[in-house]
Amino acid sequence: MTDPIISIRNVSKRFAGGVTAVDNISIDIMQNEFFALLGPSGCGKTTLLRMISGLETPTEGQIIIGGQDMAFTPPNLRPTNMVFQSYAVFPHMTVEQNVGYGLKVTGVAAPEIKTRVVEALEMVKLSHLAARKPDQMSGGQRQRVALARALIKRPKVLLLDEPLSALDAKLRDDMRMELTRLQETVGITFIIVTHDQDEALSMASRIAVMDKGAVAQIATPGELYEHPSNKFVADFIGKVNLLDASVLKQKGKTVSCSTQSLGKFDIDTDKTCGTTATIAIRPEKLKLSIAEPKGAGLVKVKAKVRDVAYYGDTSHVIADTDSGKELEINVQNDSRTGGSGVERGQKLWVHFNPHDALVLTE
Amino acid sequence: MSVQLKPGQGPLEYARRPWIIILFGLVLLFLYAPIASLIVFSFNVDKSGVWHGFTFMNYVKAWHNDAIFYALSNSLTIAVLSTIVSTVLGATTALALWRFNFPFKNTYEGFMTLPIVVPEICMGISLAMFFSYTGMMAGVRDWLWPFNLINIMFAHIAFCFPFVAVVVRARLQGFNRQLEEASKDLGATELQTFTNVLVPFMVPSLVAGGLLAFTLSLDDFVITLFSSGPGSITFPVKIYGMVKRGVDMQINAASTILIVITLAATLLAMKLQAPDKSGH
Repeated sequence: MTDPIISIRNVSKRFAGGVTAVDNISIDIMQNEFFALLGPSGCGKTTLLRMISGLETPTEGQIIIGGQDMAFTPPNLRPTNMVFQSYAVFPHMTVEQNVGYGLKVTGVAAPEIKTRVVEALEMVKLSHLAARKPDQMSGGQRQRVALARALIKRPKVLLLDEPLSALDAKLRDDMRMELTRLQETVGITFIIVTHDQDEALSMASRIAVMDKGAVAQIATPGELYEHPSNKFVADFIGKVNLLDASVLKQKGKTVSCSTQSLGKFDIDTDKTCGTTATIAIRPEKLKLSIAEPKGAGLVKVKAKVRDVAYYGDTSHVIADTDSGKELEINVQNDSRTGGSGVERGQKLWVHFNPHDALVLTE
Repeated sequence: MSVQLKPGQGPLEYARRPWIIILFGLVLLFLYAPIASLIVFSFNVDKSGVWHGFTFMNYVKAWHNDAIFYALSNSLTIAVLSTIVSTVLGATTALALWRFNFPFKNTYEGFMTLPIVVPEICMGISLAMFFSYTGMMAGVRDWLWPFNLINIMFAHIAFCFPFVAVVVRARLQGFNRQLEEASKDLGATELQTFTNVLVPFMVPSLVAGGLLAFTLSLDDFVITLFSSGPGSITFPVKIYGMVKRGVDMQINAASTILIVITLAATLLAMKLQAPDKSGH
């Protein structure tokens, strides 16, 4: 295993007035990773990114970039470059001048700047707009300028602060693919800050979920979704039905638990449970059927459909059990006729395989 | 029966209502008829109030009138020099107020804008007293031109720079701080960031503020009258003196030139100050 390109060690940031934005965070980010800092607004993810870039200094801790502690190195002397949320493209310069700016101020010779600008513009497919001013360009084009301007510096790490939040939905999808492609092409570490779980899941190779200034979990997208380590992560990444359960007994990896709404069932877990636990089950892992489902070990309950939200490819069904528990079930609309076939007020069986559920202890 | 609107009678289409148009016309007439007649009569062949024919003679005479020429060159010199100083002073003041927090900042900001609101006559008197007490009123009289005008320049800078500061400050308010951060992130030093990013952003407001200061200085009468010693006469003061001795169409000609200069400067300033969307 190689050394991490960035090693954040026990970093805290406290602002005047007693606000702790980042609370004792340690993360190692490897060479060539596409790393996402994901969390709700105010969780400290942008502050952490700004500390990596040098635009903010930590109150405590070390930020080691390429083997050197740079916690207090000014931004112009760090091997990191940033794509800002507002893009921050210089309005009085042409695209060419914008892209070449970082080389010009550090004294790179003019002919070299010229060839590297051409390369960088080609990489983001903007060669035809080299002479334009930013106010004659769309948001997506300005973002490409910001990308080229940062990448031309050949940084060890590219930092992206909510890069897709100002784009419209279609463009956002294109840009997602584009960023992934770029990261593979240039082969450097990307760190992206986002509050959008879809963005993080679809682009990143590893994600740190942050909550209230601390890291809640660091894992690959699949791991985060299927094996969230706590209630916050389970709830923040995707949708989830959470059931309060009391633990009857634990025998090795099998826990017998009892829930008010879905009765008693056995479930596998690696965790050691106390007397209570939370059972988490994703909406797409719940099934609906009109007849009582048959099958060994299935957990089932009767519920009345309260609402059906149609999303085209799926329908989200909200149903109440007799004991008053609200469950969300996702149904694939995999036939052109009839849609989900579920109607409001209908009484149906909701069932799931306990292997698809998860025990959360915190 | 309910009221029906016709096309062009929408609730906000005031400009199509006859009474508004008439009122607008009257206001314009009332405001600008005196100025228009001044300009028209600057081309009159004699000095009676009756039109007797078109001529440029008044302009030629005014040009060859040494007293008018001397006063005009004084005014322009004062205006140019005090514009330069007030622009630098106003811009740096605006930068300091925008960039830094310091004790009594709001108080300072309030005091800085005082010259904009203090009656000119009060400022004139206070400056006159200041120059007399310090001996500057008499002291600079025999200095070499244009240094003999230094009192007037000081006075003009004192009331012009707050205008520049206000204009530049307003522009800076719209500056996207991420531009500054981006510049530093890309490897620029503090000074490079200032000259490459912040100054170009400020330029329109520097020009606008400077032109504002220029017109204010060029046509100021009250403060100039109080702070000028004998021998240092400016254009507006000279015209005032000529009017007291009787009407002469040379005054109209000279005034028209003053109007043209200030109008051009003001139009340019307005154009440069027009809000733009750059930098956001």
